[in-house]
Amino acid sequence: MSVAGTHFGFADGAVADVPVAVHAERSVASRRIVTAFGFWVFLLSDVVMFSAFFATYVVLVDMTADGPSGKDVFNLSTVALETGCLLLSSFSCGMASLGARARSNFMYYGGMIATFLLGAAFVLLEIRDFTGLVAQGAGPSRSAFLSAYFALVGCHGLHVTMGLLFLLTMIAQVYAKGYRADILRRLLCFALFWHTLDIIWVGIFTVVYLLGVAR
Amino acid sequence: MSDDETGVPLYEGDIAPGDERADGTEIVEGIRGYLIGLGLSVAATVVAFYLSGTSLVWQPSIPAALIVLAIAQIGVHIVFFLHITTRPDSINNVMALTFGVFIVFVLIVGSIWIMTHLNHNMIPMERLMQMQR
Repeated sequence: MSVAGTHFGFADGAVADVPVAVHAERSVASRRIVTAFGFWVFLLSDVVMFSAFFATYVVLVDMTADGPSGKDVFNLSTVALETGCLLLSSFSCGMASLGARARSNFMYYGGMIATFLLGAAFVLLEIRDFTGLVAQGAGPSRSAFLSAYFALVGCHGLHVTMGLLFLLTMIAQVYAKGYRADILRRLLCFALFWHTLDIIWVGIFTVVYLLGVAR
Repeated sequence: MSDDETGVPLYEGDIAPGDERADGTEIVEGIRGYLIGLGLSVAATVVAFYLSGTSLVWQPSIPAALIVLAIAQIGVHIVFFLHITTRPDSINNVMALTFGVFIVFVLIVGSIWIMTHLNHNMIPMERLMQMQR
């Protein structure tokens, strides 16, 4: 039992040979797993919050108060561009993750910079879209439909903006501290965050834009 | 790793969400996974955008088709980008995801269900406005 068992000393001097401890020992999760799992649970709660915004939007989509409906104001070519930016940025974020795993500076920094540029392009397109809507009198105060629209899509846009700050922080941290275990944990969290935002965008472009134009 | 007495593979520990098994997975294989994911999700997106504008398809089927495509694309993202798969070492991640999906489903479907019934039973907004004058 010397290999499989672990000896535990008790206060009265007795020693117990506990084979079960082997399983317990191997069951202790690494910090990488604990950190990423905790972040994953946070992301799922974020998704639950987004689902409340989605539910609000779907309920209010016809309450246009004689104002413009989605069909009147949505510009699908901008949405297609935005979608392309986010899909490609998810791919480049994956390349950055692989680069960090392989300790390849070219892949890591290249992937992160491409992700940043695509994400920034997405945010700029969205801002241009929003200011255009407000300029033509279709701002969030126009109708319940537009309030719900700006809340849902704007909340996603805010998340992407926060993600861009997270991204710049990760570039700076790897640059300053190298591919250390704690930095790589944060990088894993960033990748999870970015890919999750992409999933939420799939919901937005389908429910808000495509269904809004198709109805 | 296997138990000498039984030959049964021992418990190898969990995997973090977003991580792929590092052993035996080359970088090239990782790139291939992301490329497959990108290809599938771009295909789903292109079909969805095409469907939303076409008149070639029976119109009432389009919303259902769009929602099915979105769910398929979300599945592609979860498997190829987030690496949440059905392997036994990923069970905790899948359980958390399942719970999240359940809450999302209850929230969205429940809201739609209740609010359409309320709308159905309510006085039309125009008449309500007239009554207030």
